Amino acid sequence: MGGEAGDDPNFEKDLEELRETFNSGKTRDASWRRSQLKAMQLLLKETEDEIFHALKQDLGKPRCEAYRDEIGTVTKSVQYALGNLKYWMSAKKVNLPLIAFPATAELIPEPLGLVYIISSWNFPFGLSLEPIIGAIAAGNVVVLKPSELAPTCSAVLASVIDKYLDNKAIKVFQGGVSVGQQLLQHKWDKIFFTGSAQVGRLVMAAAANHLTPVTLELGGKCPAVVDSISGSWDRESTFKRILGGKFASCAGQVCIGVDYILVEKRYLSTLVSRLQIWIRKMFGDNPKECLARIINKHHFIRLKNLLSDPLVKASIRHGGSLDEANLFIEPTILVDPPLHSAIMTEEIFGPLLPIITLDKIEDSVKFINSRPKPLTIYAFTNNEKLKKMLIAGTSSGGITFNDTLVQHAADTIPFGGVGGSGFGRYHGKFSFDTFSHEKAILRRGFLTDFWFRFPPWDDKKLQLFRDAYRYDYIGIALTFLGLKK
Amino acid sequence: MITSVDCRIDATMSMTLSSSGLNKIGSLHIAQTCLSMPSRHRSWRLLCSPICSASVSLLVEERRSTFDREKADRLVKDLKKVFNSGKTKTYEWRIAQLTSMLKMIEENEADIYRALYQDLSKPESEAFISEVAMTTGSCKLALKELDQWMKPQKAKTTVTTYPSSAEIVSEPLGIVLVISTWNYPFLLSLDPVIGALAAGNAVVLKPSEIAPASASLLSKLFREYLDNSAVKVVEGAVDETTALLEQKWDKIFYTGNGRVGRIIMAAAAKHLTPVILELGGKCPAVVDSNTNLQVSAKRIVAGKWGCNNGQTCIAPDYIITTKAFAPKLIDALKNELVEFFGDYPMKSKDMSRLINLYHFKRLTSLMDEDEVSDKIVVGGQRNEEQLKISPTILLDVPETSQIMQEEIFGPLLPILTVDNVEDSFNIINSRSKPLAAYIFTSDEELKKAFVRDISAGGMLINDTIIHLTVDSLPFGGVGESGMGSYHGKFSFDSFSHKKGVLYRGFTGDSPTRFPPYTPAKLRLLKALISGDIFQVLRSMIGLPKN
Repeated sequence: MGGEAGDDPNFEKDLEELRETFNSGKTRDASWRRSQLKAMQLLLKETEDEIFHALKQDLGKPRCEAYRDEIGTVTKSVQYALGNLKYWMSAKKVNLPLIAFPATAELIPEPLGLVYIISSWNFPFGLSLEPIIGAIAAGNVVVLKPSELAPTCSAVLASVIDKYLDNKAIKVFQGGVSVGQQLLQHKWDKIFFTGSAQVGRLVMAAAANHLTPVTLELGGKCPAVVDSISGSWDRESTFKRILGGKFASCAGQVCIGVDYILVEKRYLSTLVSRLQIWIRKMFGDNPKECLARIINKHHFIRLKNLLSDPLVKASIRHGGSLDEANLFIEPTILVDPPLHSAIMTEEIFGPLLPIITLDKIEDSVKFINSRPKPLTIYAFTNNEKLKKMLIAGTSSGGITFNDTLVQHAADTIPFGGVGGSGFGRYHGKFSFDTFSHEKAILRRGFLTDFWFRFPPWDDKKLQLFRDAYRYDYIGIALTFLGLKK
Repeated sequence: MITSVDCRIDATMSMTLSSSGLNKIGSLHIAQTCLSMPSRHRSWRLLCSPICSASVSLLVEERRSTFDREKADRLVKDLKKVFNSGKTKTYEWRIAQLTSMLKMIEENEADIYRALYQDLSKPESEAFISEVAMTTGSCKLALKELDQWMKPQKAKTTVTTYPSSAEIVSEPLGIVLVISTWNYPFLLSLDPVIGALAAGNAVVLKPSEIAPASASLLSKLFREYLDNSAVKVVEGAVDETTALLEQKWDKIFYTGNGRVGRIIMAAAAKHLTPVILELGGKCPAVVDSNTNLQVSAKRIVAGKWGCNNGQTCIAPDYIITTKAFAPKLIDALKNELVEFFGDYPMKSKDMSRLINLYHFKRLTSLMDEDEVSDKIVVGGQRNEEQLKISPTILLDVPETSQIMQEEIFGPLLPILTVDNVEDSFNIINSRSKPLAAYIFTSDEELKKAFVRDISAGGMLINDTIIHLTVDSLPFGGVGESGMGSYHGKFSFDSFSHKKGVLYRGFTGDSPTRFPPYTPAKLRLLKALISGDIFQVLRSMIGLPKN
């Protein structure tokens, strides 16, 4: 896979061209940014079928899912960016304290320059185009390296981006590890990486050589805390949304997918039995039509190995069948697999859903805190106290109550991790900010200077400073007149 | 008397460390580098006396045993425990620490001046403005605004997640490491620590060993005033820093140079730790002929020599002006220098000295380079004993000379001349992005072009340095001048994680969300995304029962 990778001697030339484009100043113009965002809209509209096809090919993604998670989300983001671009780009006036004398100040966002976006295979379009929107909106020139593990998508991205967007300013480099490593040797003005922590470390270490700032969008084991919910409507919604967030989005191969469930012992049987019923309702007749498959053999075997531990195998309550020929794994539910087993120590990234039982749902805070910080915590509850406890008592990229995945579609809240789940954030204006430098500008006239600002120093000047910093203007006047010590 | 000798030994030793040691971080032998000291220096003669070298090796031994990897392990483990207890997260704890910090500075002002005089001969007024007043200001601002800063920020939600509400919650990152530097030993240590405390983190401060009196005062004061279970100072040099960098931090805040910045970021990468790097760079000052010459000159002199004698990361590093205007500018600068520091600036008490012999030598070698030494138009005097170089202006040094390659960080000010003032933009843009860019002009168009075409951490028009004092502006670099920003609320944000919290009810699921999927669902989904209400209705009507 990704066999076409290799040494590409044209990088240098391409990168030079990108730098030239940036230096020409064209990407800074609002009109250019707008035209590119509009071109992106057109791209999404006109090449929809190609995208559907590629996603089916690489991941077996159903069209609805592909639209909901990739084309649709990105379409919405472009629209949002177009609607807000003018506001985002505008300089922000800054209030000055009295002491700053007559002056005005503002913050002006400026593009960083040449940015490098490394995306991932699970949402090959979403995770490539979403950051590109931010990078373009902020006026940068961009290199995208899509994942070689979704080769059809990678090829489609390369061809449609070349065709629709300004190819002097936005380029796609396809390839595998060696291409990625070569590219990392170059000096970038920003690197935006989506992927695993292990590669994230390498990316950041390479970035350090050039003092390049990085945004790392990693993963982690995102828990779903499920409180015992009384109302039947609320309860059924919970189950549907959990299943939607686990299986119905790229078969659980999602960085913000539900990794495992935390639930009170007494609520377990209800949870399992209802989940089983809903699994049948949602995916029953023809799961392969409704669910994506595993990306490749390597990951299939990794997931298979997660189940191979006899104690884990014994904990399977639902599903568990594996179709290696089609790389398809049935939605699988496990109850209380050993906590030290790989399935509970590694990010699962597949359609296996362990449920861990607790005595009290409040114990979930401790459980979550004993593990690396996840990208998201989900909690289904109507208990306001529990909500507060989780917000204040745990740390994670974000928290979503009573739903799964939808936070990804909200443009107004930052999306990004903390600790082991990465750093930096994007979506909406946060994307724009991530790819901008906020330049602080202070303007002064020549008129007034407190004469005591400058040496030679004496005690009187020092006293004046003290007064000025205390906003003691009477003191200033008195000292000035020689009436104060 | 004895203390001053001790200090000097300490300073000299640290100096060799920093000058030759940092690039081989981790594999350094203090005793060895001491041997490579230049013998002309007075401190070296001190070191040569048997008593002193004995005390040095003793000191080395002591250092060795005071802080190593094991100690660092324990330090971080202890801090983690304290942080996990939740104590530092409370509003009350943060306020208590900030209040103590304020008290600490105010009650020990005299000691702070003394330490700064010892390390840098910093004049008291200058020290008051740039170190004491700035840090107390930061404390007061944080105390006043903290409840506002800590409040979750409401976020609007869009139709995609309707119905819902959302907020952004600021939470502390955990255990943070602040590595500060020697030129403003108090400001650059305390200002980030204030931000870290306000955000509710546990903090370790590593002050610079190159300003030893300040470092040990900081260490003493932190012990006396702050909560020692959560806020600590680790003194030391390369070995200690290396031991600290091996630990897993939740954030590292470093002020210093790009070379060490790279080492820090690479070390942070191992633990996926985000970093803020406050570096320097050659900050240009463009002087247009259409300007108030006297005021401009005064403000340049104040920003260059009146702020720690050029040893400031945002000092004007070099000037660009037009060929025709250069002589007038030089005259004006000369006048202001006399106004500020008298006819004998080497004797002025109103100017800091250079930090140590290493930097003195670095600066004199910049001046002594071929094709540079004959370009000195003002100053050029030096006194190695006192570590002083007089305010020195150089005209039209070659752009390839060392003085135009590295950050000067001292009292030398080269002036480059161009035919048209706009040509200065090319010079600036051909170099790495500076931390600050200055321009002096009354020409509105030129100001606009400068702001548009030059990239820098920050910009100040018609003045120097003072943008640093404005809490409402973020302070930080871009490109080679660093990443991340701080001051005021920006400090709080830099040491916080912004957690997006989305609240949903159980109603309002669009049927399109869940499988089994149908073509009708896809149509509705498309209509919803494009916000086309008419389409939505149509597809809903046409939607088969679900």
